[in-house]
Amino acid sequence: MYKIAVMGESDSIYGFATLGLDTYPTDNPESAQKTLRSLAESDYAVVYITEACAAGIQSEISRYNEEQLPAVILIPGVSGNTGAGVRNVSKSVEQAVGSDIIFGGDKE
Amino acid sequence: MANKTVTATRMELTRLKRKLITTRRGHKLLKDKRDELMRQFLMLVRENMDLRKKVEAGLAAANKNFVLAKSTMSEEAVNVAFMTPKQEVSLDVSQKNVMSVDIPVFEYRTRTSDPNDIYSYGFAFTSSDLDDAVKSLSDLLPDMLKLAETEKACQLMAAEIEKTRRRVNALEHVIIPETEAGIKMITMKLDENERSTQIRLMKVKDMLLEDAHHYKEREA
Repeated sequence: MYKIAVMGESDSIYGFATLGLDTYPTDNPESAQKTLRSLAESDYAVVYITEACAAGIQSEISRYNEEQLPAVILIPGVSGNTGAGVRNVSKSVEQAVGSDIIFGGDKE
Repeated sequence: MANKTVTATRMELTRLKRKLITTRRGHKLLKDKRDELMRQFLMLVRENMDLRKKVEAGLAAANKNFVLAKSTMSEEAVNVAFMTPKQEVSLDVSQKNVMSVDIPVFEYRTRTSDPNDIYSYGFAFTSSDLDDAVKSLSDLLPDMLKLAETEKACQLMAAEIEKTRRRVNALEHVIIPETEAGIKMITMKLDENERSTQIRLMKVKDMLLEDAHHYKEREA
């Protein structure tokens, strides 16, 4: 049985607690990295992480890209959408195809 | 390319020929695998992008609601309202095999069966904006899980496609030409050996006949 976690600034994520997701407020990259690592080792299948929080720990996140679990998914926080999530999707197209042939056109 | 030393023997030639056949078959199979993976990936990644846009828009709206709610309530009141969540979500993870890539499939279960049973607070001390915010977030949850599933699948497939592409290229541009060159070299070497043996035999035969019949003396 797996669980779902949400990480990020507490303002962006406190609402998820009502849905029954486990929230882990973090506000600096060091603690975020530590939290993410401990979440990945315990039984969390999905970790939602706000874009602002993820920006500081890119390398840690990319470690889990090729592992089956957990799925680390970026979500926009309360401070607005930075486009990092969409960029990640384009990046995986680029990795697979060689160049971004699908979403290259509709970049804002 | 043929700078590798190949021993020019018939045994080596058979070995190389067999290797070439296996390599060709492997190359064809891998190429098919890559094409099929790519087809599925492109389908999935489009879905992923659509979902992501939808989720991001939904989250932006939900966040706006939360900010609104928080502005009309005190920090403590909000904290108290969310202190003991009523709902609990747990995931069942199974696996789906798509072209040898193991993709996780999430199935979520909520503790309470009523999807509207999400408000962990009495309505007396909270603003109605908070209810809206919680509702909008709760409506978004299935999509968010779907997003997690497809995004993970995309990442895993992208990695697999990259690997397969490398293998196809290595076979196509290195292994197959190298083996072909090796086969050509050995065939040429063996042919050359055969010709020189033939000539030597003819020469020896000439010498033996000369010894027996003394053609040159008779001509003279």
